[in-house]
Amino acid sequence: MIIAKNALPGLLDKLIAEYEVYAPVKEGTYSLYKQICKGTEAYFGFLNSKIPPKGILFPQSEKLFSYSGAQMEECIDSKKKVVFGLRPCDAQSLLLLDSVFKNDKYEDPYYMNRRANTLLVGMACCYPAPTCFCTSMGGGPFDSKGLDVMLTDIGDEYLVEAVSEKGRELMAKMALSAAGDGQKAAAAKVRDAAVVTCEVKTDGLKNKLDANFYDSIWESFHEKCLGCGSCTYSCPTCHCFDIVDEARDCNGCRVRNWDSCMFPLFTLHGSGHNPRTTGKERMRQRVMHKFKYFVDNFNATACVGCGRCIKNCPVNLDIREILADIQGSEARSDK
Amino acid sequence: MLRMQKLASAIQDAARMLLEEKKVDLVVGFSKGSLPLRSTPCFIRKPEDAAKLTWDCSCENNLANYLRKRQDRVAVVAKGCDARSIAALINENQIDRNNLFIIGVPCSGMVDRAKVEAALEGKDLIAVEEKGDTLVLKAIGVTMEVKLDDLLHDTCKVCRYGNPVIYDMMIGEPAPAKPEDSFADVAAFEALSPAERRAALAAEFSKCIRCYACRNACPMCYCTECFVDCSAPVWVNKSTGTDDNIMFQAGRVFHSAGRCADCGACDRACPMGINLRGMTRKMVKEVKELFGYETGVNPDEKPALAEFKADDPQPFLVKE
Ligand code: SF4
Ligand code: SF4
Ligand code: SF4
Ligand code: SF4
Repeated sequence: MIIAKNALPGLLDKLIAEYEVYAPVKEGTYSLYKQICKGTEAYFGFLNSKIPPKGILFPQSEKLFSYSGAQMEECIDSKKKVVFGLRPCDAQSLLLLDSVFKNDKYEDPYYMNRRANTLLVGMACCYPAPTCFCTSMGGGPFDSKGLDVMLTDIGDEYLVEAVSEKGRELMAKMALSAAGDGQKAAAAKVRDAAVVTCEVKTDGLKNKLDANFYDSIWESFHEKCLGCGSCTYSCPTCHCFDIVDEARDCNGCRVRNWDSCMFPLFTLHGSGHNPRTTGKERMRQRVMHKFKYFVDNFNATACVGCGRCIKNCPVNLDIREILADIQGSEARSDK
Repeated sequence: MLRMQKLASAIQDAARMLLEEKKVDLVVGFSKGSLPLRSTPCFIRKPEDAAKLTWDCSCENNLANYLRKRQDRVAVVAKGCDARSIAALINENQIDRNNLFIIGVPCSGMVDRAKVEAALEGKDLIAVEEKGDTLVLKAIGVTMEVKLDDLLHDTCKVCRYGNPVIYDMMIGEPAPAKPEDSFADVAAFEALSPAERRAALAAEFSKCIRCYACRNACPMCYCTECFVDCSAPVWVNKSTGTDDNIMFQAGRVFHSAGRCADCGACDRACPMGINLRGMTRKMVKEVKELFGYETGVNPDEKPALAEFKADDPQPFLVKE
């Protein structure tokens, strides 16, 4: 199917009448996914948003329930949503978050309710950035997994393709015209031209991490790290949270906030003991969680190669370099 | 740029010499980063690694941040603002001057990555070429030549202390003198009505994701427990929210009154591009106007808040 670019705001307006619609919005020099009230607010000129769209399903600060005396009210959000213009790496990250929030041990109603009611309309990446390494992480600029619909920018129009059954139903509501052979050929052309140049070697990485917990390699990675939350909060797959009560007298709410393994506070016990004493242990945790523990638990790497942590780190600590150093280190057999 | 390369090799020579002669255990400086126009803090312990050190207009981080409470003997590559912060930290007993060797480098300003992003309209910088006093920026489908001056960080534009105020060795030619800072940006903010000021702050701080990169990038933010991390009592909600975000920042700025060297490290660290200098410079201006004190400019001077004079102005306490 096909939609002209100048008809897109109108189409979004139609969707807005039925759904909460989230799309990238221009905020100065970057974009952020926000709920839009008018189709014209959406802006697709940037590649990756500054902060990933995971917050639509897993908000940075999320009220779980509120209470007033003995009265309690759960906050489950079941509103129908469409995320429009999702990049393939971000779509892949949601599949990873799914395994965290729904698995054989636990099902999170807050995330899962939103997830079940959300349609994902993707936007293929015609110009991958130098920091993109999705193809090394099992994705790609035109990868449609996890999406319901995929859009490809072919100049003045978008080629619109259904990926899932839900996507097909959504497209039926959009009343689009059929794509001609020329338009399909144009899409194939941009697809071939979109090359991800950066490569991160992942073969054998897990084996190295299985054995190098006590390796001296961890002594230096963190040395320049500030221990902030910039990398983890900008990561689409990071999902650690902290739960607090925010109350006055007997009235308040229980809130779940994003947390970061890079903060010293993250593992600080009530006793004052902190098992991750320094930046070394914290950096090791971040790398291990993404490239070993997540693989152990869910058989997937918790990095989709979006490159946000690289761009947002205030001291240019680059995860690709850490991985390359680990790959270049000697394999250990001791534990 | 030839001048920058010369500075870089002079820094390398100095570091090599200091390590070879075992005068220091460690040299903290910058090496080439992983992105164009991006240098990264680096830690050199062997003379043969000194060649990794670099110097150019992307050495934006304040290295004073890595010098507090160290047991080893350290040399640091310090531009003007790093040196001021170092002086302030020595004053606060956070750095032992006897164990620190300062390699001073005059600085004419560092590039603001946000301005590069703005110039490229969000396209990713792929390569950069230095050409006299302009930079040639390259992105997919774009090549543009921009004056270096137009890309400098706002902090650097008004900084009068590009030449380090304390050093053990100075590398390169002194940076030219600049006129007195007029604090025009702060004056413009002060001219707003309270409601307008509130709206301006809310617009900025609604963007805050509470990553604390600003706090952690600041050489002067070193409390063992930050008030935002404290949970008994809760000074600031842990959840993000414009009011709490402003409270956090206001607390941080008040805590660094008379201690902030206006280095802009917090502002450069913020991933969300929030104008943090709007707040920090208001405090810098207040301290300068009330007490005639500028942090770290005269290393021997007592910090404004560590001293009391009977004739100190107190307009906030009593009407004068
Ligand atoms: S670790 Fe970095 S590159 Fe990987 S998904 Fe997270 S933010 Fe993106
Ligand atoms: S990492 Fe891949 S999918 Fe993500 S923005 Fe870059 S090219 Fe697109
Ligand atoms: S963003 Fe950079 S400085 Fe901050 S915690 Fe991550 S690696 Fe460290
Ligand atoms: S660095 Fe920016 S986003 Fe992060 S806490 Fe500070 S002001 Fe907020």
